[in-house]
Amino acid sequence: MLRVDVEKQLGEFSLSASFSSEGRVIGLFGASGAGKSSLVNMIAGLLRPDRGTIAIDGETVDDTAAGIHVPTYRRRIGYVFQDARLFPHLSVAQNLDYGRRMNGLAPDPAQHKRIIDLLDIGALVDRRPGKLSGGERQRVALGRALLSKPRLLLLDEPLGALDEGRKLEILPYLVRLRDEANVPMVYVSHDVAELRQLATQIVMLKQGRVTSLGGVKVLT
Amino acid sequence: MSDISPAEWTAILLSLRVAIIATLVATPFGIALAWLLARRDFWGKSLLDALVHLPLVLPPVVTGYLLLLTFGRRGLVGGFLADHLGIVFSFRWTGAALACGVMSFPLLVRPIRLSIEAIDRRLEQAAETLGAAPWKVFFTVTLPLALPGVLAGMVLGFAKAIGEFGATITFVSNIPGETQTISSAIYSLIQTPDGDAAAGRLVIVSIALAIGALIAAEWFARRATQRLHGN
Repeated sequence: MLRVDVEKQLGEFSLSASFSSEGRVIGLFGASGAGKSSLVNMIAGLLRPDRGTIAIDGETVDDTAAGIHVPTYRRRIGYVFQDARLFPHLSVAQNLDYGRRMNGLAPDPAQHKRIIDLLDIGALVDRRPGKLSGGERQRVALGRALLSKPRLLLLDEPLGALDEGRKLEILPYLVRLRDEANVPMVYVSHDVAELRQLATQIVMLKQGRVTSLGGVKVLT
Repeated sequence: MSDISPAEWTAILLSLRVAIIATLVATPFGIALAWLLARRDFWGKSLLDALVHLPLVLPPVVTGYLLLLTFGRRGLVGGFLADHLGIVFSFRWTGAALACGVMSFPLLVRPIRLSIEAIDRRLEQAAETLGAAPWKVFFTVTLPLALPGVLAGMVLGFAKAIGEFGATITFVSNIPGETQTISSAIYSLIQTPDGDAAAGRLVIVSIALAIGALIAAEWFARRATQRLHGN
């Protein structure tokens, strides 16, 4: 599903990571500054590796030796950021529809309804992003990413900006997503409890290196 | 206001036409340039930035004279446009629009540039992850978020264009009905005996237009902040 073998120098910090996974939810675990976000940004194509290859679903999207770098907008990924990044000038409904429009996909009312129900955001569609709570914003961001029909969903500490109460409110949605949405995910977190609940496989990062790989058992 | 004479109306309407055309034609260029200055690093960027601002600090008569040399009948660009496209600037209202467009360009570009710089680039990244190619990101995220700045720039540019005097009179002279704008009409009137009353009326019109434009620009700027916060 996902194959990564990259090197990147970012100032003083050097990142060198290699792993491959067929898991449904790859948990990318590590302290802040371990290089998790840089790694996810490379998978998304927002950051270009100095050397190495990345393949999503069998398609090589980065291969520095062959000069391949597929731009972000052609990678067919979904990305949920810590800070949601909803478009402030669009309503929630327009935000949700954005990916479909940009990819020129035909409307898919069944899928639309399924995801809106799954995330419980039906009541929010007429609102503006500025009028949503943090948890609501994150659920809309999840829906927006899913509705672009990605082949891989990247989640970079999606609960990182929420307080404990809100986290507990969103976690069940993520579990449902894992079990029902049928989209493989890369889930970045420094929270062991979160990953225990969600991940099917763990990639542990420490100072830019992969230190362990395996099931959730490695989270000890 | 009811005693505005037909001649004064001609000057007012001409000024409006000149300023509207100047603003509408200059805006796409202004947006492109503002984006370039806000988002790109390239060789000669500070020179380009200085060039854009030049009409603001150069004596208007110099700008007008340079326009005459370049866009006049015998100018390099003017000759080409007249021979091949039939567009003539010298001593025509189109020339007045060109002079006003050039003179107001710095005021047009600045608010657009500021509003593009204020946009969170992470929103553009988000759009890209959702499958939007760079030009689509520009038209669906960057430009809509910068729109209040674009409108503020247009209003300021329009206000400047409607009052432009020095470059216009140098480039296209002061021909009633063709190139005599409000400013050149006032200039003529105050040199004529008994012209004071008419000049006074046009002065009031000028002040009203300028204040209206400043209020409108301020309103658009406030809208910009609201838009960026998603309310």
